[in-house]
Amino acid sequence: MPNDNAPDQQLEHARTLIKMGRPEKDEWAVSRDEHAMPSRRPVIVPFTLWQQCPREEGLAPWLSSDTELDDTLTAMLSAAPLVAIDFPAFTDGRGYTLARLLRERYGYGGEVRAIGDVLIDQLFYMTRCGFDALALREDQQLEDALHALGAFSVSYQPAVDVGEAIFERRLREKGHA
Amino acid sequence: MYRYDTYDQTLVDERVTQFRDQMDRHLAGRLGEDEFRPLRLQNGLYIQKHAPMLRIAVPYGMLGSHQLRRLAAITRRYDRGYGHFSTRQNLQLNWPALEDVPAILAELAEVQMHAIQTSGNCIRNTTSDQFAGIAADEVEDPRPWCELIRQWSTLHPEFAFLPRKFKIAVSGAAKDRAAIQVHDIGLRLWRDRDGEVRVKVLAGGGLGRTPMIGDVVREDLPWQHLLTYLEACVRVYNQFGRRDNKFKARIKILVKALGIEEFQRRVEAEWAHLKDGPQTLTPAAVMAARGHFLEPERRPVGDTAIADFERLRAENRAFARFVTNNVTDHRVPGYKAVTLSLKRREHAPGDVTADQMEAVADLADRFSFGEIRVTHEQNLVLSDVPVDDLETLWRELDALGMGNPTVGTLNDIICCPGGDFCSLANAVSIPIAQSLQERFEDLDFLYDLGPLDLNISGCMNACGHHHVGHIGILGVDKKGEEYYQVSLGGNSTDDASLGKILGPSFFREDVPDVIDKVLGVYVAQRHEDERFLDTYRRIGLKPFKERVYAK
Repeated sequence: MPNDNAPDQQLEHARTLIKMGRPEKDEWAVSRDEHAMPSRRPVIVPFTLWQQCPREEGLAPWLSSDTELDDTLTAMLSAAPLVAIDFPAFTDGRGYTLARLLRERYGYGGEVRAIGDVLIDQLFYMTRCGFDALALREDQQLEDALHALGAFSVSYQPAVDVGEAIFERRLREKGHA
Repeated sequence: MYRYDTYDQTLVDERVTQFRDQMDRHLAGRLGEDEFRPLRLQNGLYIQKHAPMLRIAVPYGMLGSHQLRRLAAITRRYDRGYGHFSTRQNLQLNWPALEDVPAILAELAEVQMHAIQTSGNCIRNTTSDQFAGIAADEVEDPRPWCELIRQWSTLHPEFAFLPRKFKIAVSGAAKDRAAIQVHDIGLRLWRDRDGEVRVKVLAGGGLGRTPMIGDVVREDLPWQHLLTYLEACVRVYNQFGRRDNKFKARIKILVKALGIEEFQRRVEAEWAHLKDGPQTLTPAAVMAARGHFLEPERRPVGDTAIADFERLRAENRAFARFVTNNVTDHRVPGYKAVTLSLKRREHAPGDVTADQMEAVADLADRFSFGEIRVTHEQNLVLSDVPVDDLETLWRELDALGMGNPTVGTLNDIICCPGGDFCSLANAVSIPIAQSLQERFEDLDFLYDLGPLDLNISGCMNACGHHHVGHIGILGVDKKGEEYYQVSLGGNSTDDASLGKILGPSFFREDVPDVIDKVLGVYVAQRHEDERFLDTYRRIGLKPFKERVYAK
């Protein structure tokens, strides 16, 4: 039998959280335990655990990278104070698709947070895909991270941040010239 | 060819700055090797056997003479004065110093070049037909579409960490010269009854360890939807492609596992949401892309000049050989495309020295509007040569050692860098190519054999595309010894097929004899004018096998 309460010392606390491009003090801890509910609040728990008490205050879900989003699942998520998406490894690119789908297809307007193997050289892409909260892996330097967020001032493709493809932008600007 | 505007330039400049910063952090110990690796790969930088290797993108094989001069200068300054053209139309430097790479990238950016996404698990350089825009059998110039795909795929925020690498090839002609059936996605542009461009979309082709011919996902996609449809395909792959085993991570494995119908269903379901979205192409957007590939202002070539050319061809046997093998018909009368052979015994296939790069740049300026194309057969093409300049060009190429009249013959070997350079290779490949070129150098014999693709890969990653060579040679490692496996019957064009393994592998020194025996069977059994491939398809593997393994 799993414990009712996961030991709180196993919780993860992000040392550095960047919210909407700025460092912010992070109140939320992350629990990886699939079965036991930690006593600490606020806490981000696996989706399966969260869905048992989706209305509880101070409780938010995290989605594993192999989650398949659909209408039922995303309807539930609309009640969550934030939705975290896990990067089990920074080379697992499924989280980018999940964030875009949450934002663009299902219109989720709350916080979408990247957790797990979140490294500074992926932050720019994450932001473009709709992550507005970035819980950096413990060893990542805040200064480098803030710098990396502004790596590019132009993008070719539309995504969550830019609604227009570069070819449209060029035509529009030419039209105005 | 495509010229950058301020957006393109800003993007590559910022990319250089970003990579310089990543390299600095890596060298300062703030970015570990495991985390740096995907970043450097997505900037074309490998760590090879003897030195780093830098793969520079040549988008759909198009190069300007000023760019080729810059490449020559870079190879002199940062490398050993030569480069290697790969089967994916890119240029590889074999000896740059790690710390110099940001400076090399900065020099490339000055001439509108980069190394973005030439490696790594992302969308790679889009490849195309080396005769795009000039081929007589073309229905639609693929280059503007390739450029639209290049921009869509460059720094795509969602697709930088796919399960595995992802390669797209585009053909717009009746005859496929871009090997679209053996790419992750192959696109064929065609025109419907109303003259509108449609796109046939193939997915799941590829070589490597598990070679496969692509399946049709969509026959008749209207051109407006090209980018949204590609996005749907790659998104399905990103979500469902295997990530637990890198040997099973390519899209071909997903397509096979799901079955083409289920893959199609998922793509169409995804596309239903993306269709008519912000990446939908408009006539104005396509027109703007086409505006970068305008017809050059060709001087008229008169009938007398054409007649003179034909007469010279009839009189001069050496010139005639060159024209027959290395010169391709052009849509415009009086013009030809000329293939410069990068296959000489003294060098690895696809290698070109800095001096040669500069000489080719000069020839391109004098004879072909300053443009050069790189072919997936690892040669170069001058695409717009007036026939009355052909003889002069031929003599100059001959002097440069690039006039070998053997394009398309057995001697025109496609070959990866192999064990001499690559850390993945099981065996060397360049010395095999050289031993074959030495053995089969008699021109009359080569011409008698007719068109014959011979491809060599130093390992099963298949960079030399051995599966689609009429004759394929694969280096294998058995208990630390190098052996070579021979396969027959591969083909990358319209009637694409994968080669079948002849039998047990051979010692390196026996390879020329084995190939000689294979050719002997063909010569003895062929019907009049029958290509090697057709004879093989008619008689099968058995007669070859019996001859080669006869006691």
